[in-house]
Amino acid sequence: MTGAPGLEDLLRACAPQVLGALVRRHGQFDAAEDAVQEALLAAFRQWPTEGVPENPRSWLVTVAARRLTDTFRSESARQRRELVSAPEEPPPVPGTDDTLTLFFLCCHPALSPTTQAALTLRAVGGLTTAEVAAAFLVPEATMAQRISRAKARLRGAEFVLPPPEDRAQRLSVVLRVLYLIFNEGYVATAGPALHRADLTAEAIRLTRAIRASLPTGAHPSAGASGGGASDTGGTPGGRGTPGGHGTPGGRGGSNDGSGSDGSGSDGSGSDGSGPGSGGAGSRGGAELAGAAGEVAGLLALMLLTEARRPARLGADGDLVPLADQDRLSWDGALISEGVALLTETLPVAPLGPYQLQAAIAAVHAEAPSAADTDWPQIVALYTLLERFEPGPMVTLNRAVAVAQVHGPQAGLELLDTLRPQLDRHHRWHAVRAHLLELAGDPAGARAAYREAARRTLSRPEQRYLNTRASRLAGG
Amino acid sequence: MKYLLLIQTNPAVFEALSEEERNAVFAGHDAFSAELKESGELLGFVALADPSASTTVRVRGGAVDATDGPYVEAKEFLAGYYAVDCETPERAVALAAKVPDAAYTAIEIRPVMAEAGLEM
Repeated sequence: MTGAPGLEDLLRACAPQVLGALVRRHGQFDAAEDAVQEALLAAFRQWPTEGVPENPRSWLVTVAARRLTDTFRSESARQRRELVSAPEEPPPVPGTDDTLTLFFLCCHPALSPTTQAALTLRAVGGLTTAEVAAAFLVPEATMAQRISRAKARLRGAEFVLPPPEDRAQRLSVVLRVLYLIFNEGYVATAGPALHRADLTAEAIRLTRAIRASLPTGAHPSAGASGGGASDTGGTPGGRGTPGGHGTPGGRGGSNDGSGSDGSGSDGSGSDGSGPGSGGAGSRGGAELAGAAGEVAGLLALMLLTEARRPARLGADGDLVPLADQDRLSWDGALISEGVALLTETLPVAPLGPYQLQAAIAAVHAEAPSAADTDWPQIVALYTLLERFEPGPMVTLNRAVAVAQVHGPQAGLELLDTLRPQLDRHHRWHAVRAHLLELAGDPAGARAAYREAARRTLSRPEQRYLNTRASRLAGG
Repeated sequence: MKYLLLIQTNPAVFEALSEEERNAVFAGHDAFSAELKESGELLGFVALADPSASTTVRVRGGAVDATDGPYVEAKEFLAGYYAVDCETPERAVALAAKVPDAAYTAIEIRPVMAEAGLEM
C-alpha cells in the first residue's frame, strides 16, 4: 500500500478486529480474510478523496461483509439463501478483541514458520500480498499461493482460543513468529532489501498488539504496585537481578508457567464461542500469566535491538560490528522504553529466554563503549540463557563474552568444545577468527576469517569478513 | 531458504535413452514445475540452449572480444535451473531428487546468498 502513513496505520490497526468480526459472523476464515483484504484496498482508494468515515471499523466490516456475500452468491445458491435470510447490516463489532485468537490461528502448528509469518502479516498485520511478498523477497504469485494453501490447511479450524492447557505453548509459537518477522527486517542491508526494514516496525507493532490483547490479569506488572516504569536508570540485568529469580531449571523453560489451576475460574467453557462472549476473564486467562513476561521480554528485546539499527551499517552499507558502532546514534528513546519495560517485568514475571536476551541487549545498550561493558554480567546472562535454551549458538555467544572477561584463550577453549557441532557454520569461524586476532595470531585469524567468508550465505557478511582478513594480510 | 537446483546434462547420456524415457523426462519437468507452483516454493526456472549456441565475451584492455561457443568444451554442462524457496536444506534435497535428470546425470543444489547480514 502507498499513501498517507496515518491512514495506513489506522487501516492496519483495524484489520484484525474487522476480520474477527467477519469470521465470528460467517465462520469462514479463508473467504473472510480475502474479503477484508479487498475492503482494506477499497478504503485505501476511497478514504483519501471521500474522507475517513466516522466509524472506520464499521465501514470496513460492512464493505467486507458485502464482498463476502458476493463471493458466496457466486459460489452457490444454497449459501445465497442462507445469506439472504441474514440481516443485511452486520452486527455491531463486539467489544471483545479477537486479535489474540487471530494470532493463534495464523500461527497454527500445522503451518511452517515462514508461512505462519506470512499469514500473520497479512491477516493480523493488514499487509497486502504484494507487501508480504516483497518482505520475503519472493514473487507475488508465489506468496499468494502460499497464503492460499495455508488458509486451505486451516479450513475447519475453529475460530476460538486454543484449549487452556495449550495456550502458553501456542503463545510461544506466536512469539517465535514475531521474532522471525523482526529479524527478517533487522538483517536487511540495502537495495531491494531496504523495503524490509518496515518489518521491524511491523513486528514491534504486532508484539504491542498481542501484549495489549492479553487479559489484564496476565500482565505481570498488574500486581506490582508502582512498578519500575519510572526506574529507568539502572540496568535491568544489573545488580544480580536474574540470579534473584532462583533456579530457572525449576520452571523448565519458556513454555512453562501454564498454571492449569486457573482453567476452572476463567470461563473457558464459553470463550470465544459467540459474538457476545468474552469479558477480559474469558480471553486468555491465567494460563497466559506466566507467558506475559515473555511477551514483554520479546518486546523489550525488539526495542533494544532496533535502537542499534542506525549504527549497524556504515555509510557504504557495510556491516559495523557492535564494538565499533557509534553509540551516540543509538536510539535513546527506544532504549529507555526497552529498559523500562524490562525493569518492570523482570522482578515479577517467571524468567524466560526473551527476557534474558533483552537483558543482554540492555547491558550493551547502557555501556558507554565495548570496553566499558559489564562483560561478567553478560557471561552470567548467557549462562542462564543456556539453561533455558541450550544450544551451540548460545554457547558461541557466551564464548565471546568469556574472552572479554578471561582473555581470548579462555574463549578459544570454549569454542573448541563446539567444533563438532558448528565447524560447518560460518559464525563459528568468524568468532574464532576474532579471538585468534585478539590472541595475537594474525595468520590463524586471517585463515579463519577467509573460511568464515566462504561459508556465509550473506553477501554483506562475506564482504565484512573478507575485509577483516585483508587487513591482517600484512601481519 | 533460497536455492538454485542446477541441472547438469550430458548429451551422450540423454541420446542413449529410449524415446519413451526421453518423453518421461520432459513430462517430468512439467509435473515438477507444476508441483513447485502449487506448493508455493517456485521462484523461477529456465531451460538453457545447447552450449553450441553460446557466445563467450571477454573484455581486455577495454576491447570487447565476442567469440562463438562456450569457453571450455565439457561433456556435462548446465542445462537449466529451478530457483526455489523452501523451508529446510533437507527439503531442497528432496526437491532436487524430483528433477527428472537426477536419475541420469546430477543436480547441484547451490544456496542463494542474501543481501542481508548480521553485524558480528
